[in-house]
Amino acid sequence: MTVSVRPKTRFTELSARERAAALLDSGTFRELIGPFERLESPHLEPQGVVPACDDGVVVARGDIGDQRAVVLAIEGLFQGGGIGEVSGAKIAGALELALRDAERGHPVRPVLLLETGGIRLQEANLGLLAIAEIHAAIVALRSHVPVVGVVAGMVGCFGGMAIAAGLCSHLVMTREGRLGLNGPQVIEQEAGVAELDSEDRRLVWETIGGDQRVATGMADALVEDDVAAIAGAVRIAFETAVPAEHRSAQVGFYEARLAGIDASEPLDGPALRTLWRDEGVGR
Amino acid sequence: MSRGRTWFEALAGATLDGEPASVLCADGTVGDERTRFLTVVPNAEAKFTRARGGELGLEEGWTLARHVREAVAVDDDGDRRALVAVVDVPGQPYGHREELLGLHLALAAAVDAYATARLAGHPVVALAVGQAISGAFLAHGMQANRILALEDPGVTVQVMSKRSTARVTRRSVDELDKIAEEVPATAYDVASFARLGALHRLIEGVDAAEPDAEHVETVRDALAEAITSARHDDSTDLSGRLASPEARRHRSASLRVRERLAEEWTG
Amino acid sequence: METLNFDYPASQPVPRRAYVGVVGSGDLEVLLEPSPDQRAHVTVRTSADGFGEVWEAVLDRFFARNDLAAAVEINDSGATPGTVVLRLAQAVEESRS
Repeated sequence: MTVSVRPKTRFTELSARERAAALLDSGTFRELIGPFERLESPHLEPQGVVPACDDGVVVARGDIGDQRAVVLAIEGLFQGGGIGEVSGAKIAGALELALRDAERGHPVRPVLLLETGGIRLQEANLGLLAIAEIHAAIVALRSHVPVVGVVAGMVGCFGGMAIAAGLCSHLVMTREGRLGLNGPQVIEQEAGVAELDSEDRRLVWETIGGDQRVATGMADALVEDDVAAIAGAVRIAFETAVPAEHRSAQVGFYEARLAGIDASEPLDGPALRTLWRDEGVGR
Repeated sequence: MSRGRTWFEALAGATLDGEPASVLCADGTVGDERTRFLTVVPNAEAKFTRARGGELGLEEGWTLARHVREAVAVDDDGDRRALVAVVDVPGQPYGHREELLGLHLALAAAVDAYATARLAGHPVVALAVGQAISGAFLAHGMQANRILALEDPGVTVQVMSKRSTARVTRRSVDELDKIAEEVPATAYDVASFARLGALHRLIEGVDAAEPDAEHVETVRDALAEAITSARHDDSTDLSGRLASPEARRHRSASLRVRERLAEEWTG
Repeated sequence: METLNFDYPASQPVPRRAYVGVVGSGDLEVLLEPSPDQRAHVTVRTSADGFGEVWEAVLDRFFARNDLAAAVEINDSGATPGTVVLRLAQAVEESRS
């Protein structure tokens, strides 16, 4: 199957499949367990939920910068990108194979396109188990090759997959992208609107948006919502060496950052940027 | 008293008064095995107010990471001690400040540390004695070589409260309960979780809330067996979870996907 | 959720298989493959119950205008008839490209 993408296109307008194709060197896209294999979730129809033939994840092999790569693209429009048994296994299984290749001296460049609310509630603990396996594979793989994540929007990246984003070697975000553990609506429901007004867009993006995350050092590159720009940022990420210490391993650094927070004082996005900039951290 | 604290004190034989007070860490033994015990407990004085009920929040994530990494660093040139995560966590805190300050990264730090320890050869064992919920369980327990759980109504594995799940999926709690009968992955009780094949041992006959000396010995023996078997694994990865008979039955799609990926990997 | 099946006489073979769409709110995915016989076979899984007659009308019309010996699978998440016809047309076009 050929997937072609017009240039000068907004990345967020593309389907997961198109996004994966857009990041791979022209003509190298090859999908594994594609739609016609119909490897869908066995758990949705029994609950009266319409399945997707690919369970909302595309596994695409190909090249990035002439090096072998694999792109795992989550389709955010299907069940909010929630991770179930099959979609989780596609991601974990592909990362495990990339690891096997890396251990044999043939590294494969892994890219995660994170458009996900986290665990798919209809599959609950199966999603939980799959995400743990994704985490395990990322940690093992990233000592061999950078694991690159992209959070472009419109869904953003939440839940157990936000933890996966935190484990990545390199994280590319757009302004529209959001990265957080609990979604704004869930926080408002659980803790009240005074804690977080999920309808206050400026507040939400100031807290967990791409610009804020990059400015505070929790993501690496802020890129335009544009196919060429994101493809370029992903290529650059692979040309940068694996970090000596991954973000999620910088315990002393982050403990110092948290120690410098006065939890009795209000704190917002702009104030945090100033604080951490003054402390010589972030951008 | 929290079950996490109860079991930590019973197994580790100590309580370490550290900072922050919500994370307990002590070095003890399980049989002949040097073992570092870790748990998260409620702390009414916690700096971040939304994490005072035993939730795994900002401080807890980074602190767990610190304690685990310290064990890895110290044991670098010798025997790799066992790590036992005593799990009793009601979830992660819901807060604006938490998200602002990178709660997802704090949990990633704990995941990273436990996974790193496992890959370095430390036997990591999770012991679920209470709630094991969502991101908190991913961060503290789910990277273990072996997961053990007490068979007790208070031991639950779940990704979201029933009330919240009902709201998000637009179903009634009754409907969810019916679905849980058909789809064990959505049930919360530990026996349903065991059916998914990732649980090494479901320990019966133990009072999870108020164990006596015999109950503690039973659990200690189970931990010893888990540590020993983990040391004898062929690999330090999580592949064992998919090798169990239960996994072959109830996670067959997970196996099928991996088979197909391997077959199609090289075009 | 409902599963509906439809069957039509057909003679034109499908040049190649095609896949379009996404199972997102108000949308659908279509898998289109050659049929083993001189008929079009359509299976619809839809999240919206009680629209059997609407599906019948839409598909009757589409396959009356498109002679295609195809096996068609639709996974629908509440699309309007207009969107259904659009996706089917896209699938047919892709099968010819």
